[in-house]
Amino acid sequence: MSLAGFEVEVQREVDGALATEDMTLSMGPQHPSTHGVLRFVVRADGEVMKEAIPDVGYLHRSIEKIAEKVGWHGFIPYTDRVDYVAAMFCNHGWAMAVEKLAGIEVPRRAEYCRVIADELCRIHSHLLSVGSMAMDIGAFTPFTHAIREREYLNDLFEELCGARLTFHYMRIGGVGWDLPPGWAEKVRRFLDRFEPIIEEYDRLISYNKIYAERLANVAVITPEEAIDYNLVGPNLRGSGVRYDVRRDDPYSVYPELEFDVPVGRGEMGTVGDCFDRYIVRMREMQQSCRIIRQCLDRLPEGPVIAKVPRNLKPPPGDCYVRIESARGDMGWYVVSDGTAFPHRCKIRTGSFAAISIIPKVSRNLMIADLIAVIASLDLVAPEIDR
Amino acid sequence: MPALEPAAIHAQLRRRFGEAVGDLVGSGRDASTTVAAPALPDVCRFLKTEPALAFDCLSNLSGVDYPKRNVIQVVYHLFSYRHRHWCVLKVDANRDAPVVPTVSHLWSHANWQEREVFDLLGVTFEGHPDLRRILMPEDWPGHPLRKDFVEPEEYHGIVTSRESLLKP
Repeated sequence: MSLAGFEVEVQREVDGALATEDMTLSMGPQHPSTHGVLRFVVRADGEVMKEAIPDVGYLHRSIEKIAEKVGWHGFIPYTDRVDYVAAMFCNHGWAMAVEKLAGIEVPRRAEYCRVIADELCRIHSHLLSVGSMAMDIGAFTPFTHAIREREYLNDLFEELCGARLTFHYMRIGGVGWDLPPGWAEKVRRFLDRFEPIIEEYDRLISYNKIYAERLANVAVITPEEAIDYNLVGPNLRGSGVRYDVRRDDPYSVYPELEFDVPVGRGEMGTVGDCFDRYIVRMREMQQSCRIIRQCLDRLPEGPVIAKVPRNLKPPPGDCYVRIESARGDMGWYVVSDGTAFPHRCKIRTGSFAAISIIPKVSRNLMIADLIAVIASLDLVAPEIDR
Repeated sequence: MPALEPAAIHAQLRRRFGEAVGDLVGSGRDASTTVAAPALPDVCRFLKTEPALAFDCLSNLSGVDYPKRNVIQVVYHLFSYRHRHWCVLKVDANRDAPVVPTVSHLWSHANWQEREVFDLLGVTFEGHPDLRRILMPEDWPGHPLRKDFVEPEEYHGIVTSRESLLKP
């Protein structure tokens, strides 16, 4: 495997009679705990890392270039692939950007359908995140519990839009289908079942002494660093910054909904450590349940999609919209030149920022802790590479 | 301190930097202003350090190719967590040899974003500490997000296209 671009000087130190030498390790791109195809070049002194340099791009599919070729409506299925663990948010972000450019108003019922789908998707994504985090650290059982719940969500999504992962549910101007008959009741039943399970999960793993100590005080990120590196979502809130796009820069029907924004409090160690990022996700799932219940109770009647021309040509201009995805504030910068094809679509994702802070926070950590850091930042490789 | 409207932020920039800062174009949060490339680092430092502005976060940095104007535009979306206001800057670079000064010393997030724009659009960020490709392979020819980019037939013996399955 080539180390091109990563040449590091071999340092020799004479320590008494023994000369020591740094090791350069290539971790990945196929590595069970790197959450996708992701590679690190690690310079280590024994088990202690001096440096971990990320090497990304293995999943680059040029999705932004594809946007320029397939047209406004045609791009939606591709947005699913930007972050296939939380595809709803990518659908939503693109739809919102185009609606803003073209001045399309979304029916109220569609907005509620979107928020329900978004929040279910947030639980869906966070379950995978916390479950695989436990597994990365050596606790296998919690993963099976998380995946079991996620399976129920998959079934709900399948009934909603026919897909279990890459949903293609939202459309420009609304959503593809109304909620199927009886679906809302099934979601309620799922929430009734799932809410106590979060507490079970806390007993099983969150406050398990071994687990918590593996995460506490590891890779502490201060609020200033988090903002400097543009960390977003649970990674930002884990550092104690109470900022959530849903609350502080609201879109869709979020202003009408009540929910809290959990932040890291340094429960087990320092504010901004791996544990805080983990526990924020656990608490966010509870808030998502709250939001979904409110939406189901208030779901208005009406159409689920606005009248949008098939041959859509938004007026020339650009716009930047943000949504709170499972991995935090996701930015869409879209430029229209007045034709049937977008001129440019730039997608700024949470994982791209999160991975860029790893060289800084991984210094002097154990190699095994790098896995905890990757998991706690909830990196999803396709979202980094796009 | 309250959030400032784009017009108020623009007026401050105009007062301090004069002609290096262009007119405010557009409305609402997407209102943007062009900045002459040489003035960019000073404008950004002012936006970041002036207490009433305090743009502590580079939210987004994108590159856009405009072949008709022979320009590659780098767009900066700045956000202030302290005041919750926005500023959008646009810098035009000559498409034949685009060079823009780096802002990675002001916001660490710019480091990787500038590498991405360098990789996909071929903009050189002067003063960047580690400007190399990030998403494409090291030896990839050209910059794929340019409008006139032509995909090579093959890459190290791997064919990059295939015949459409829909053709008879």
